[in-house]
Amino acid sequence: MTSLSVPPRGATTQPTGRTARPVGGGRDWRMAGEILLFTAPALTIFGLFVVWPILRAVQFSLYRWKGFGPLVDFVGLQNYVAVLTNEVFRGAVGHNLFIVVASILIQLPLGLGIALLLNRRIRGRGLLRTIIFVPYVLAEVIAGVVWFQLLQPGRGVVETLLGTVGLDGPYQGFLGTPELAMPTLMVVLTWKYVGLAVLLFLAGLQGVPDELTEAAQIDGATWWQIQRRVTIPLLGPTIRTWAFLSMIGSLQLFDMVWILTGGGPANATTTMATFLVNEGTKRQNYGIAAAASVVLFVIALTMAVLYQRFVLRRDTSDADVLRGVR
Amino acid sequence: MTTIRALSLMASGSLVLTLAACGDGDGGEGGQGASDGEDVTLTWWHNSNTGDGLEYYQQVAEDFQDANPGVTIQIEAMQHEDMLTQLDAAFQAGDAPDVYMERGGGELADHVAADLTMDLTEVAAEEIEMLGGTVQGWTVDDRVYALPFSIGVVGFWYNTEMFEEAGVTETPTTWEEMYAVIDQLKAAGMEPLSVGAGDGWPAAHYWYQFSLRHCAEETLTDAVQSLDFSDQCFITAGEEVERLIDAEPFNRGFLSTPAQSGPSSASGLLATEQVAMEMQGHWEPGVMAGLTEDGEGLGDKLGWFPFPQVEGGQGDPEAQLGGGDAWGVSADAPPEAVEFVRYMLSEEVQRGFAERDMGLPTNPNATDAVADPALAGLIEVRDSAPYVQLYFDTAFGQSVGGAMNDTIELMFAGQAGPQDIVDATQAAADAEG
Repeated sequence: MTSLSVPPRGATTQPTGRTARPVGGGRDWRMAGEILLFTAPALTIFGLFVVWPILRAVQFSLYRWKGFGPLVDFVGLQNYVAVLTNEVFRGAVGHNLFIVVASILIQLPLGLGIALLLNRRIRGRGLLRTIIFVPYVLAEVIAGVVWFQLLQPGRGVVETLLGTVGLDGPYQGFLGTPELAMPTLMVVLTWKYVGLAVLLFLAGLQGVPDELTEAAQIDGATWWQIQRRVTIPLLGPTIRTWAFLSMIGSLQLFDMVWILTGGGPANATTTMATFLVNEGTKRQNYGIAAAASVVLFVIALTMAVLYQRFVLRRDTSDADVLRGVR
Repeated sequence: MTTIRALSLMASGSLVLTLAACGDGDGGEGGQGASDGEDVTLTWWHNSNTGDGLEYYQQVAEDFQDANPGVTIQIEAMQHEDMLTQLDAAFQAGDAPDVYMERGGGELADHVAADLTMDLTEVAAEEIEMLGGTVQGWTVDDRVYALPFSIGVVGFWYNTEMFEEAGVTETPTTWEEMYAVIDQLKAAGMEPLSVGAGDGWPAAHYWYQFSLRHCAEETLTDAVQSLDFSDQCFITAGEEVERLIDAEPFNRGFLSTPAQSGPSSASGLLATEQVAMEMQGHWEPGVMAGLTEDGEGLGDKLGWFPFPQVEGGQGDPEAQLGGGDAWGVSADAPPEAVEFVRYMLSEEVQRGFAERDMGLPTNPNATDAVADPALAGLIEVRDSAPYVQLYFDTAFGQSVGGAMNDTIELMFAGQAGPQDIVDATQAAADAEG
């Protein structure tokens, strides 16, 4: 994230170092042994706490299982059929994708705007930075509980404030009205996460060399022209990395939804994560929950790989260059 | 180099061994085969984790230890929801406590099918005889697996002062009267009812109650066994719920209102006099006490009446919806665990339990010890009921019950009709296979 040097053209087509390495001989064996030895502890932990649970989840997803007792009731892909034909789950996938897109569309311009403003020398900059970043530091559960209280229908602070200007809140409240629950959730999520975008963008802005803006200034460019032609393009890698984090976070969204709405009202805010927790811990359909978790995993993995392949490639090609010249 | 290599080999090797050892534990904490005079330790999980109740259960355990030298009881007192989560985890790990709370119904049937819980039919025959029909909810294939120590029924808790203010002189006994009361309360500018539809089950209880009134006892008993919901009475129940929702008796924002957590929950609204009534179980006075600053709840203003009768229902008008808690013994627990559970059902222990308003005792000799007048009225209704139907979601198990509750919640949001509830429940039942 800190390295903002522009990669030389054609960097991606450079041959990797692998072919250049001497072939055969005892040295390779020794090296392989050493690598294995030194990575063993890490690999063991990774295997036990990442690979093994994933494999178990795949295994559970093939059984009808209540969460205790032996795995005996093999049902093949039936749980996957149940999940993929489940209207609530399909709704949840839609909600997740909506949150992915809406988060980026709302937080990108907002975060970028705030970061550009805060990057200028203005009064109380430190205070403003803190105010914007505090929600992100706050534990999600606590933030959720606070917002739940603020949004209480009829009695909460938000509706009381609306009342002072003569407006009435919706009868079921902002979180209890199916049509309003998702937009309300997006407002809270934006409040919570825009601080992260601002922080990352500000860090990225530190890497934009002053000489470039100065040169542009001398050429007579306005502040806005400088931002548009110089700063924002140089901020590209940071923005793309932030968008990646935002996307993965949106796909796995759980805490805030669970506390604010529990996925309701009428499933209007169910996400894949709340669906699978509900199926597992509340209904004890652990097989179906496992199948849903595998589907979520596959969707997240696919999107991550595609994003890496098509969007982040420009940024990671830097690393290829390093590897090539080692 | 060699030293480093050896060290890292040791490090990774020992890590694997440590983890392997963790996964290999037999987990059994309760001493087994201790009945031959050796010392034995029983683990006991309960949810009376505060104040009087916690102290009382400590005393009960000590009394039992004094009477049975060599027996040590290890108590884990947890908050209710925490206990349920921990129990699930303990069952998954095959490491259940020796004595624990069993809610009965489909949940118990699952535990029985997985050989997790002990058959008490013979070893506690005396107590089972004494408890009579109340053990029904904890019976699987005519075998009894847990002894209920507290059973209550669901009805309407209300604020007597608000009723008076609105000019309601008598509690309703039929739904026609109930609608009149609702209108009177609304005319007086009050919100008649609160319901925690955000949590699903409090809303679902309305459908259960109307089903209980409209369905014949055999229809319900059959449904629990065969999971067949084709009877018209289930549809009628849904129509009754729709009619009630249309009358708009519920608190503002009921779709996102939680059941009993915090002052803005359904129970909190009743406790803080924001609504006049709430339909809830026997735990309501205790819950409300915890939600008010003085720890009193509604105090003297609290009244109770049973679910009103319907016109043309097939069910016995005196039948009640309810449920309770029972002591279960895990399958591999020592015989002392059974003795302890039998002791807890004794008149002596149940009396102390009732005097502290910890629940509604099931030992008939202890029922007169209930102090709270509202609860005493409730226990009268319970004991004169021809049968107490276990909450459907418990009776059918979490899988079917969850689907049922979720669809009833959709009805409260205006997104499902009477037929949808039956269909969703049937589909979940069919998926059980």
